[in-house]
Amino acid sequence: MADASTSAKGDLKLSNLVKAYGEFVAVDDLSLLIPEGSFFALLGPSGCGKTTTLRMIAGLDEPTSGSIHIGNTDITYQKPYDRPVNTVFQNYALFPHLTIFENIAFGLRRRGIKDVKGQVDKVLNLVELPHLAERKPTQLSGGQQQRIALARAIVNRPALLLLDEPLGALDLKLRRQMQIELKWIQTEVGLTFVHVTHDQEEAMTMADTIAVMNEGKIEQMGTPADLYDSPRTAFVANFLGQSNLIQGRIVDNDGDAHVVEIHGQKVKVLKNRSVAKDSSILFGIRPEKIRIQPGAHQLSGCVLEGGKISDVSYIGVSTQYQVEMPWGQELMVFEQNDDGIPPLAKGDPVKLSWETVFSFGLDGHEDASAGSEVNPDEE
Amino acid sequence: MVWLAIFFLAPIVKLVSTSTQTQGVNIGEYVQSYRFANFLDAFTSAAPQFFRSFVYAGLATLFALIIAYPLAYAIAFKSGKWKNTLLVLVVAPFFTSFLLRTIAWEQILGEQGLVIKTLRLLHILGPTGHLTATPFAVVAGLTYNFLPFMTLPLYASLDRIDPRTLEASGDLYANGFTTFRKVTFPLSLPGVVAGTLLTFIPAAGDYVNAELLGNPRTRMIGNVIEARYLRIVDYPGAAALSFILMATILILVLVYIRKMGTDEVV
Repeated sequence: MADASTSAKGDLKLSNLVKAYGEFVAVDDLSLLIPEGSFFALLGPSGCGKTTTLRMIAGLDEPTSGSIHIGNTDITYQKPYDRPVNTVFQNYALFPHLTIFENIAFGLRRRGIKDVKGQVDKVLNLVELPHLAERKPTQLSGGQQQRIALARAIVNRPALLLLDEPLGALDLKLRRQMQIELKWIQTEVGLTFVHVTHDQEEAMTMADTIAVMNEGKIEQMGTPADLYDSPRTAFVANFLGQSNLIQGRIVDNDGDAHVVEIHGQKVKVLKNRSVAKDSSILFGIRPEKIRIQPGAHQLSGCVLEGGKISDVSYIGVSTQYQVEMPWGQELMVFEQNDDGIPPLAKGDPVKLSWETVFSFGLDGHEDASAGSEVNPDEE
Repeated sequence: MVWLAIFFLAPIVKLVSTSTQTQGVNIGEYVQSYRFANFLDAFTSAAPQFFRSFVYAGLATLFALIIAYPLAYAIAFKSGKWKNTLLVLVVAPFFTSFLLRTIAWEQILGEQGLVIKTLRLLHILGPTGHLTATPFAVVAGLTYNFLPFMTLPLYASLDRIDPRTLEASGDLYANGFTTFRKVTFPLSLPGVVAGTLLTFIPAAGDYVNAELLGNPRTRMIGNVIEARYLRIVDYPGAAALSFILMATILILVLVYIRKMGTDEVV
């Protein structure tokens, strides 16, 4: 990230941005500050307004109200071709009638840059495809086209590079590889990247900061670890990885923790990890943080008793259990297969336990299933 | 292959063999004598009409392109839900006979038509000036009649362009005009080639427009062939002219396609 003295000149600032299509509000009063040089991800399901936001920054859509600044320059109503912003489009949108060289040179030529050949060669080397300069886009594989689309944008050294689901059309293996490569290139060229995706893994691998969007608003913003470990809404807890969310009531205080009653059993959550507004709380714990033990063991930390295994799936590195609790809810538990003990069997009675620091508390009036039905892989 | 032999090869063979025949005993009776001088005779006698045909067809193609491009562009990119309606309207003239439509133009441009009265009122045309029986009317008729053949291929190639490539062009510092020049137009070239061919080829051989809208000095090669065949009953002459016309068009088309570098269209 750029240091404080230079950050002001290239920061992207969105202020109270609104985009409405008739009755439908795609982006709802969005305000954001993206520091220069950062890799920022807008993460959310289809239709959450992330692509609309990106298109407004690129100048392809005009906001209904609000403003967009880069540094101190207001670019809200600037034409796309006047903005120091370049985009890597979802399906690359390479010019099919031009060679790879001319595709990359397009932006340089429009601006009358002198050393076109030198700059194009440099960026072709950066994406490791210098031998393809004279080919046409249709002769390239998806992964190669993706890199050329990236090269065509970064060769212009924009103040801001926008990536619209850049890896969506690639297969899983290639996507993993490109994630690492994109991150490396971003570090190499030092440009601000704003990356839009519905793929939480993609966002978490690459971005320094993620903003999770839902229904035109930002649900939560922070580092990937922040969002994962301390979600503040049920949507974030379910959309980013998986969570067990259990309805409970805050009944007591114990030092820096709330005591939460869950269907007659008592567990704890740290006060600074809870955003419950009143005594009603959604108690949250990630499946891999839970230890699962047969009924007889003595356990430390928080404990929930009376579980019964209703489903076991062994998936190599870990075993995933569904545990039916006395009040009927099924909880998920992921156990690492690192202790040599054979997995527990369906029907076994179990206790669940975890360290108190891992649990989190959400507003108890929220819908516990928000964000969980959203299929993160839908296009 | 059988179809090709029956409907393409057989008429061509017949045409070529007729073109070298000479007059027999009776009128309309010709015998094969392999007289290749028929070609030279036919060409020298009809050279001005030949030349005129290609000039008129070229002009009509050019005007059709100028009119059809904006039309096709608007239908492809700006028409929204009206797209299909507009396409039907483009084809709508075909519901009426080619002949009737050309006769209608005779009326529109004729002495009693609104066009000529307006032009006289504005003193663009003198009191004795007229539009029918002029080269202008013939070219206008050709342009009009072949306009859909230009519009449809243009529309098809413009409609295939991914709008995101146009957005990408804007994103890469090209304004609207540059985007058109560097992206839209080059990507529509297959449509331009197909449209100009579909207009030029039939226009060069057309005789209805010259017959109905022209005068003896605007006769095209189609008129000559028609007259030789139906009125003078000079089958070999007509066949020789037809063959020369075909060959010339073929050569022009090949040169044109080579020059446009879009061999994949054909």
